[in-house]
Amino acid sequence: MGKTTTTKDAQALFQSLRSAYVATPTNLKIIDVYIIFAAVTAVIQVVYMTIVGSFPFNSFLSGVLSCVGTAVLAVCLRIQVNKDNKEFKDLPPERAFADFVLCNLVLHLVIMNFLG
Amino acid sequence: MARNYMFLVLFVFLLIGSISNASIFSPISNSHRSIALELFTPLDGSFASIEEAYKALRTFDVMGIEKESNIKDSTCQSVVDILRSSDSALKELFHALKVNEMLKCELSNEAFTGIASRLKDGIGSASSLHDFYYAVGGLRVIKDQSSDVDVQLGDADGVFRAVKALSQSDGRWRYSSNYPESSTYAAGMAFETLAGVISLASTDVDQSLIESVKKDILKLFYGAEKYDDGAYYFDEKLVDGHEYQGPLSASSSVVVGVSAYSAATSDNLNLPGEKIHGLAKFFLAVEAPGNEEDLYHQIMALDSLENNRFSTPLILSLPASVLSLTRKDQLKVQVSTVFGSSAPLLSVKLKQIFSSESQDAAVINQELNFNSKDGLHYLDALPEGIDVGSYIFSFEVVLHDHENKKMFVTGGRSKVAVHITGVIGINAAEVAVLDSDVGSVETQKMLDLNGQNEVALTANHLQKLRLSFQLDTSLGHAFKPHQAFLKLRHESKVEHIFLIGNSGKKFEIILDFLGLVDKFYYLSGTYELQLFVGDTAMENSFLQHLGHVELDLPDPPEKSTRHPVQPVDLYSRYDPKAEITHIFRVPEKRPPRELSLLFLGLVFLPLIGFLVGLLRLRVNLKNFPSASVSSVFAILFHVGIGAVLLLYMLFWLKLNLFTTLKALGFLGVFLMFVGHRTLSHLAASSSKLKSA
Repeated sequence: MGKTTTTKDAQALFQSLRSAYVATPTNLKIIDVYIIFAAVTAVIQVVYMTIVGSFPFNSFLSGVLSCVGTAVLAVCLRIQVNKDNKEFKDLPPERAFADFVLCNLVLHLVIMNFLG
Repeated sequence: MARNYMFLVLFVFLLIGSISNASIFSPISNSHRSIALELFTPLDGSFASIEEAYKALRTFDVMGIEKESNIKDSTCQSVVDILRSSDSALKELFHALKVNEMLKCELSNEAFTGIASRLKDGIGSASSLHDFYYAVGGLRVIKDQSSDVDVQLGDADGVFRAVKALSQSDGRWRYSSNYPESSTYAAGMAFETLAGVISLASTDVDQSLIESVKKDILKLFYGAEKYDDGAYYFDEKLVDGHEYQGPLSASSSVVVGVSAYSAATSDNLNLPGEKIHGLAKFFLAVEAPGNEEDLYHQIMALDSLENNRFSTPLILSLPASVLSLTRKDQLKVQVSTVFGSSAPLLSVKLKQIFSSESQDAAVINQELNFNSKDGLHYLDALPEGIDVGSYIFSFEVVLHDHENKKMFVTGGRSKVAVHITGVIGINAAEVAVLDSDVGSVETQKMLDLNGQNEVALTANHLQKLRLSFQLDTSLGHAFKPHQAFLKLRHESKVEHIFLIGNSGKKFEIILDFLGLVDKFYYLSGTYELQLFVGDTAMENSFLQHLGHVELDLPDPPEKSTRHPVQPVDLYSRYDPKAEITHIFRVPEKRPPRELSLLFLGLVFLPLIGFLVGLLRLRVNLKNFPSASVSSVFAILFHVGIGAVLLLYMLFWLKLNLFTTLKALGFLGVFLMFVGHRTLSHLAASSSKLKSA
């Protein structure tokens, strides 16, 4: 009995979450998809590493860190772009995007250097 | 160890070298024949020139070596070519005729007639001794081979005079009238030529001319040089020019020439027997020469000596010149001609024995027994008093038949070096440690130097070590070996060698360690004792380990010399070096190729998912600037980002950090400019939208 209620509760929770998320602006959704894309790529690399071994360890690290780093930067971008976030109210989204691009370029310069 | 034996060998050579004027001359043997075969090996079955072919075949002929048939075929071909050709030189003709004489190549009488007339023309126009020699020699060959051909010299006297005109007052000859130097080799050639002229003459040659040449021969023999061992030779005084010949070829030429001359005149030349015998010794002393030219001359001379008409030298030789007293070896003497043919009946007497040490001669005068089976003369027992050592035996050969005395020369007394070896008795050998101050014996051990020894002694620097033994021969005489050394060898391989002195039979050495501490580098410890006694005449020479002595020496003072570093074994320097094994990093384990490619594909899946997600969100590019200027900037902005990523790709693949940063600087400035323009345009348009 209790199980069905929990399932129902969970279903209700997901329902409310989905309905709430639908209201999210499209540009934030794009960032979310991008973050998921980066995270999944990182996970695939980790899985490969566990199967094969970590021999070109720097290559593995740079691959994973590239994904994780870009995901983190995307999260930061999302925070800054979100209009509900009052903290960054004065910051235009274009400026945030410029920061995102710059940080990504610097990050990947380091990643490329580390790739070997 | 090997070094010690090298000393011994060196002494043997020194000993053999030290006995002068008693060289051993052995007749020509089989080893000589095999050397002749080696020297005269034709290349690819034929000889380089007809002269070489003649010398090889003549040498083989004299030594009794069988000719190979394939040599005959190829050589005969060149002989026929030379004899048929109308422009062959006299020298070639001569050698070709000589070879033909030996090989019996098929040639017609007409061919000989033509050659004979050419040779006669050659004599008529001859200007040098060589021309006469080859032309007359060629005619001689034709005369011996074919009786039908007319080879007679009409003007024999004239030719004889022409050759004789080149002679000098000392018996030597000149090569031609416009060549001032005189030569011994040329004299030999002249005698042979004149012998040929005499035998070719149609009428007898003037007797006074023949006599005058005999005087020349005697004069030439008078000037023969002598070695210490009784060997005689003719030296070549002509030193300049290409005509120079060594003493071997000069002497050979004279012997061959004189022998031919005496055969032609059939007179006795009354040459001194001692010199003829000395010449034989000279040619035999050469043993086997190293080149074909010398071998040819040697064999020609010995052949002339063996088969001449004046006197054949007999050579006394010993099959074994080292005799062992222990084995009771008999002294054997062989007397033979230079080619080893047996001599006529004769007796050999041992006249005197010279001892190499005392220089006194013991007069023996004992006749040796002749054994007709092996042709050797035996001395049944060595004379009494002959002990271990080196001696010079003096023999005399006496011919039985009086007639033979004219035919053969024995060369008077022959001195031969003989080495007598035997076992040396070693007695009273002992080693002792003495107290230095009073000389009283502390420990004393007897040694058996014929067997094994292992003594163990201890001594300190205040004591002495004494080693003594006695050596005597089987006759009880004192024996002094060439080598008697004591060697002390420390554990660290530092060696010290001491010479053992003797007084009479007794050999003794006393090592006073107090005086030797410095020499021993103050090295205490175990020293191995080794004794070596050696001599060529001592059959039981030995190098023996005696045992060891434990030395207790004082500590070295500060300024004492350190013992030298012992050189590593010299032979090890040439040993192969230890092999170098290279250690490489083991390559890491790589995954299978398929797996890696699979994951490469997998990595693209999220990207596809991302694009699909974008499509699901219905993303559009409506916000992209539409105005021409701003759209250009927007496009440039994206191109700039793409360019930077491409630069990173190149950086990964081939560029280095500095070139990358340089390019990145320019790209960054560009990107900043266009980015600023694009984004500010977007910001302006969005704020416009807001305000509207």
